[in-house]
Order: sequence, then C-alpha cells, then structure tokens
Amino acid sequence: MRTRPALALTAVLALAALTACGSGGEGDDAEESTLTVLAAASLTEAFTEIGERFEAEHDGVAVEFSFAASSDLAAQITEGAPADVFASADQKNMDKVVEAGAAEDPRPFALNQLVIAVPEGNPAGVAGLADLAGLDFAACAAEVPCGAAAQTAIDASGTALTPVTFEADVKSTLQKLTLGEVDAALVYRTDAIAAQDEVDAVEFPESAEAVNTYPITALADAAAPDLAAEFTEYVLGDDAWAVLETAGFQRP
Amino acid sequence: MPAKRNRQRRRVPAALLVPAAAGLAFLILPLAGLLARAPWTELPARLAEPAMLDALRLSLVTASLATALSLLFGVPIAWLLARGDFPGRSLLRALVTVPLVLPPVVGGVALLLVFGRSGIVGTWLHERFDVTIPFSTTAVVLAMTFVSMPFLVVSVEGALRGADVRFEEAAATLGAGRWTVFTHVTLPMIAPGVLAGAVLCWARALGEFGATITFAGNFPGRTQTMPLAVYLALQSDLEAAIVLSLILLAVSVAVLASLRERWTAVA
Amino acid sequence: MSTPGAHGLDAHLVVDRGTFRLDLRLQVAPGETVALLGPNGAGKTTALRALAGLEDLSEGHIALDGVVLDGVVPDSAVPDGALPDRPRGGARWVPPEHRRIGVVFQDYLLFPHLNAVENIAFGPRRRGLGRAEARALAAEWLDRVGLGDFGKRRPGQLSGGQAQRVALARALATDPALLLLDEPLAALDARTRLDTRVELHRHLAGLAGPAVLVTHDPVDALMLADRLVVVEDGRAVQEGDGESVTARPRTDYIARLVGLNLYRGTASGRTVRLASGEVLATAEALEGDSFAAFPPSAVALFRTEPDGSPRNTWRAVVAGVHRHGDHLRVQLDGPIRATADVTPAAAAQLGLEPGQEVWAAVKAAEIRAYPA
Repeated sequence: MRTRPALALTAVLALAALTACGSGGEGDDAEESTLTVLAAASLTEAFTEIGERFEAEHDGVAVEFSFAASSDLAAQITEGAPADVFASADQKNMDKVVEAGAAEDPRPFALNQLVIAVPEGNPAGVAGLADLAGLDFAACAAEVPCGAAAQTAIDASGTALTPVTFEADVKSTLQKLTLGEVDAALVYRTDAIAAQDEVDAVEFPESAEAVNTYPITALADAAAPDLAAEFTEYVLGDDAWAVLETAGFQRP
Repeated sequence: MPAKRNRQRRRVPAALLVPAAAGLAFLILPLAGLLARAPWTELPARLAEPAMLDALRLSLVTASLATALSLLFGVPIAWLLARGDFPGRSLLRALVTVPLVLPPVVGGVALLLVFGRSGIVGTWLHERFDVTIPFSTTAVVLAMTFVSMPFLVVSVEGALRGADVRFEEAAATLGAGRWTVFTHVTLPMIAPGVLAGAVLCWARALGEFGATITFAGNFPGRTQTMPLAVYLALQSDLEAAIVLSLILLAVSVAVLASLRERWTAVA
Repeated sequence: MSTPGAHGLDAHLVVDRGTFRLDLRLQVAPGETVALLGPNGAGKTTALRALAGLEDLSEGHIALDGVVLDGVVPDSAVPDGALPDRPRGGARWVPPEHRRIGVVFQDYLLFPHLNAVENIAFGPRRRGLGRAEARALAAEWLDRVGLGDFGKRRPGQLSGGQAQRVALARALATDPALLLLDEPLAALDARTRLDTRVELHRHLAGLAGPAVLVTHDPVDALMLADRLVVVEDGRAVQEGDGESVTARPRTDYIARLVGLNLYRGTASGRTVRLASGEVLATAEALEGDSFAAFPPSAVALFRTEPDGSPRNTWRAVVAGVHRHGDHLRVQLDGPIRATADVTPAAAAQLGLEPGQEVWAAVKAAEIRAYPA
C-alpha cells in the first residue's frame, strides 16, 4: 500500500519540475535578459530575422517569439499571459488589448494588402478580381482579418464573387492553392511573396479598400519595459523596414 | 450487523476512489468553466440563427453518414482482423489505427492528395465523372469517416475476439452458411460492442475539425460543421464560440442518451 | 442412390496435431447409439468435431449413409452424392452446414439472443422452411421435450435441464441423418441428470439414424448407448456392449471406472503369473497373455495369515482408507496393488490405518481371467 501513493507523488513532483523548467530556465541567468514578443503569424519570417538583427546589436539580449493568430494572442494577453511586446496583424485585436488596459499607444509599423495568388505562370490569365468569376478560389473567413479584408475588396469591386471555401487563416487559404484544389486564392501579398516559388501574385486595385495595418506596442506588464520599448522602436526603424519590405509589407 | 458488513464490502477502495475522483474533476472542470463563462442571455437569439441551425444540422447529418459508412466498411475490416488468417495481419491492424495517431490536419492533407483535384483518385473522378470532392459535403463525410472509423474497428474487433466462436460452429451444424452465421449469430451476439463502437465513432465524427477544415474547407451550409463554426467564432467572439460549443454538447448528449435508452429497452 | 449395406455411419477419423494423434475407426448402424467413453483429453470431442465437420481430418474418411462427407475414398465406393461437395486437394469435403448432422454441444450453446422457439426454429429455417412453418415445427418439438410453455424464454432464463432439452430439440428439429452428443449430461446436477438421462434415452431409442455420444461417465454410457467404444490417448482400446466391457475391462481406466482390480500377466491353466512375479489362482483355465480381474468386494483382509485352500493370499500395507458408499475402500500397497472394500465394522475390528500391515485374500472363484 505504501508504494502506490509514493508513485503518485513522484508523478506529481516530476510534473511540477517540468513546469518549473519551462518557465524559469533562463531567468536564473542574470547576465542574459529575455524579451518575449507575441507576433501575428504573418510576421513569422520577417520578425525572426528582425529578432536576430536586434540580438546582434544588443549583447546579452535574447528575443523569444510566439507566433500565432492575432486573435489568439490578444486573448492570451487579456487573460494575463506574461509577455513584453505585442505585434498584431490588425487594429481590431490591438484595440482589444488596449481596451483591456494591457497596453497603450500602439503604433503602426507596416501595411499589408491583398493580392490574388495564382499558380506559377498564371495559367488562367487572371488580371483582376473580375477574372475570378467562374474560377474556384479560396479566401479567409470573415471572422479573421484577411477574410474581412477580402470581403471589403470584393464588395468594392461590385462583383458577387463567392469563394468555394472560407478558410480559418491565410496560410491554409494559400495551402489550398499550392495543393491544387483551387485556381486562385485571396491572400496577403507577404504570403504570396513567401511562396513565390509556387505562386504568382496578381495585384488588384480594390485591395486598396482593405489595407491591413500592423500595429506594435510594448505591453503594460512587460518584465523588461525598457527593452520592450527599445525593440518597438527598432521595429519602427529603417533597419527593420528593410526586412519588412523584402517580405512584401508596405510602409504606413 | 450483516447489513453493515455488506456495506463495508461494497465500499469502493480508496486507492480507486481517489484517482477516479481526481480524473473526473479533470474531465468535468473544463466543462464547468465553459458553463460558467456562457452568456446565457444570448442563448435564445443564437438558437434562432439560421447559420447556427445549418451548421448543427450539417454536423448531425454528416456524422451520422460517417458512422453508417464506418459500419459498412469497418465491421468487415474488424472481422478480417479478428478472424482472418493471413500474413501481415498485425501490420494491417497497425495501419488501420493510423488515423488515431495522425494529426487530423495531416489526415486532411493526405485525403486531399488522394481525392483532391490533382489527387490520384480525384483526377480520375474529375475526368471520368466530372466529380470534385473537396469543398463538398461528401468531403466532410469522408474526412469524418477517415478519422472516426478506427474507433469502430477497434471496438468491433475487440467484441469479435471476445465472442465465443463455438456458437458460430453450432449455427453451422444447424445448416447456416458462413454469411448467415455472420448475420444471424455473430452480429447479434457482438451487437453491444458494435453499438459502443458506433457511438464512439459518431462522437468522434461530430467533434471532427482538423481533417474536415483541411479536406472540405469551410463553406456555410455545405461544409461548415459545428466545430468549424465554433473555431471561427473563436477568432472574433469567444462567447459566441462557447454558446455554439454548448449547443453541440447538449445535442450530442441528448442523442446519445436517447439512443442508450432505446437500446437498453430493447435488450 | 446409396449402395445396400452402406447405411449408417462409417468413419476412420485421423487427426494429427503433432503431440496428439487421434486414430479411430467407427461404424454405427442406423438406430444404434454408440458411446465414446474415455478420460479427458482422450480425443473424444475431437472425434465428434471431425464428424460434424468442425475439425479437419488429416487422413481417413467419413461416410454417412453411403455418401462421403470427408476424405479420400475409392471411386467405386462413392455413389452419386446427393449432397454438394467441395473438392479439397483431390478429396471430398462437405462443410458442416451441408452435412445434416445434428449436434448437442456440451454446454448446449443455445444462441443467447434468441428465445427457445427461435433457437429450435433456427435449423429448420436454414433448411428452407418458412418462418411460420419453422416456428410451428419448433413449438411441436418444445412440446415433445415437455417445455411447451417455455418458448418465449431466453437461454439465460432456462434451468440446466431445460436448456439441455432445448438443445436436444434444436438438434433433432433439423431431422439429422446422424446425431452427435458431446457430454450431454455433464453440466447437470445429480437430480436433474437422472430425469434428463431417462428422457434422453427415450429420444435416442426413438431415433431412426445412428447416434454418437461422447462421455466420460460410465453410467451415462451404459444407460444411453447400445455399444461402447473406449477411447484412450486417441485410440479405441476396447469395444463392445456394456456388459462385456464392464465385466472384462482391458485398461486400468475402465477397471477403475467399473470398480475392478485389473492385472495383466501370462496364463497357464488356472493360474496367471503377473509381471511382478506373483501368481494368481483363477476360476477359468486359460493360456497365454491374459487379464485377471476381481472386484474390491472380493478382497478379504486379515490381521494374520488366513487358512483355507482356494485362496490367493499376500501381505499388503494399507496406503489409504476412505468412505465409499456404505463401506470403506482400502488402498493396498505391496506385491499386488489392489483396492479392497470392507464394512465399517470389519475396519474397526482390524483397526485399519495407513501404514499398517495386513493379509489380503481373494478366492480363486472370484478372479475372472480373459485373453488380452
């Protein structure tokens, strides 16, 4: 009878130890300071590089990213997840964070616009939104920013286009194209550029009606407020802009 | 005195009770969290939303079709695994359970690679019959069947292994051929196992998300099942998502409970 | 259709399982019931399963009323079979469902999801009867086994004896050409067993075809069967009617079953020399390899060497004493191992206890000798 509770206790302790390792590992080192940045999934490639450049310029600083849907990140922040900087893919989710008192004074650092992604070589000869009539195309669902933008652009074009699927995020929208299931996909220019080996991006005028603004802010509960402010400035600076421009973003 | 002793004997041992209680708390507390957070005043309005009703109806219909397909193909598979005598049987058994461990999203991609517009089977279907499966209700049913059939196969195979083959032999001596033995003796005798498998299968199909959204996409009224609607609602409106989840939960529990009642009434 | 003299069952059952080999020849005439009697693991049930088609023959054949059901048989011996057959490696093999063989299984194997009438109607339905006809026939059979009011009961709601009767009715309702019974009474308690045995005997006596009964109970075998085949280790070791088998056992197993002390030796006139060197005086004169047998009641025990001429006497040691009916059964060790039955009074007088030395005596007239 004695061994069984002992076993259970061991399991609980092991679990506790794992948890402790996960959260406190780096904190022990006084030399190194860590900056935790929550950033929209569409910023993955650009921010990873910006983070490396920032680390190179700041000795003893490690930047850790958590990339996810802006809405998920906003929910995490308002529920009290510890983080220093939040970079959102839209104003709406940033507003939620500001309203919750978790941040103030967000600043736009990049714009993103929709393009029509088509298979390499543009076999269907798509030149604008109107050409999507009669084609199977994918777009994001209205609940997520890229979907809201797509709907705005379609409305602006005066056409009654309906995609065959309303995807949950821009990556899976693009995936439907790269898997060959659709003839076109309404995605951000940055996503089309990231996949330029497989797809071509067709610009269309109506996308100007649905420009997406990316705001960034240091969070109120930041563990390293100075560093958070410094990183935010860095993202707004020219060095970071070079990276963002390559990725297909536009300057606000 | 005897009554007291009886009660003592029936008492659940603490070594079982404690982990059972902890486990139950772990299973039930998240549900309680949803209930506590639910905006009850919004419920009537949500229930009347045609989009919600579409998603709910689509979920119930497709999960039931997936269960029917799983029964149609899964029971014979289970029979083959339990009774078949051929090389590579254990490998086959492992393969059948692959969808259980495969992340559903990967399952969805795999289905696209086969049944998609440029997939092996998909191309043929498209050229031959002008049929495209992705983004259709058929795709929803296929995705659900893919992830939920293993639950049925595993349950039914277990039931078949537990069944006494001597009853089948008795039936044979009474003049029943192999098919009649299967339909008139084996199947009725393993019915509880088949039902348990079908319930598991249906429940899994009803909650299916990853493979569905990948393979069938998301189109309201056609491929948007409740879990997809919940996930998308979650992107913009947490409380709406909770309400939708609770509706899905309530309906599935009601269906399963009534099924159980009917079953036990018959048996 | 079938050749004259080919009626009944003619089988040579060989089932080879590596460590175990069944090799049994069996002929059962129409209307005859043969009991396969033997200890557990002797291969009786395997033989029954082979007859029913539930076990493959390694060699040999099974022919029922002149029709080959299994095995290779010379063409001349094969009449135009009315039953469908499936060639299997050049041999004929009729699957169980086409053999017209009724089986009563050891624990009955009544289908738990069907009630008594449905269980009995199962066979007739498979043989092509309509639902209503099959049910009517089943109800008739239920009446015949005295369970007319139990048709709606599920097997779980029947007593052991009732289930046995339903199982018998189920097997007979298909009008089988051969009836097989596997330990039909083994699962019953003593009281039910008595009644059920009488009724089973009635049904077996009324049967037109052959019947084979498997049992390890000599009483069942003696009361139900016309002929006994004693099976040990896969082989028939003795065959005959009840009287000859019980009177002249040829193996220790039978001797124990019928309660006889049995020895093997070489006869010369009215004596049999046992393998141990001891010599038994017997009533009958015989020459050569023989058995000698006597019942435990023929053994008398004494404290001192008894007098009297026509007796075999030897010194023995009491190995054990236990109750056996209204007397005591004494196990004796010594040059001749034997069991002796004594009255409680005699035992008290002798003060029998394990380890004690006694003199054993058997009259020559009580010892039966017969050729091995």
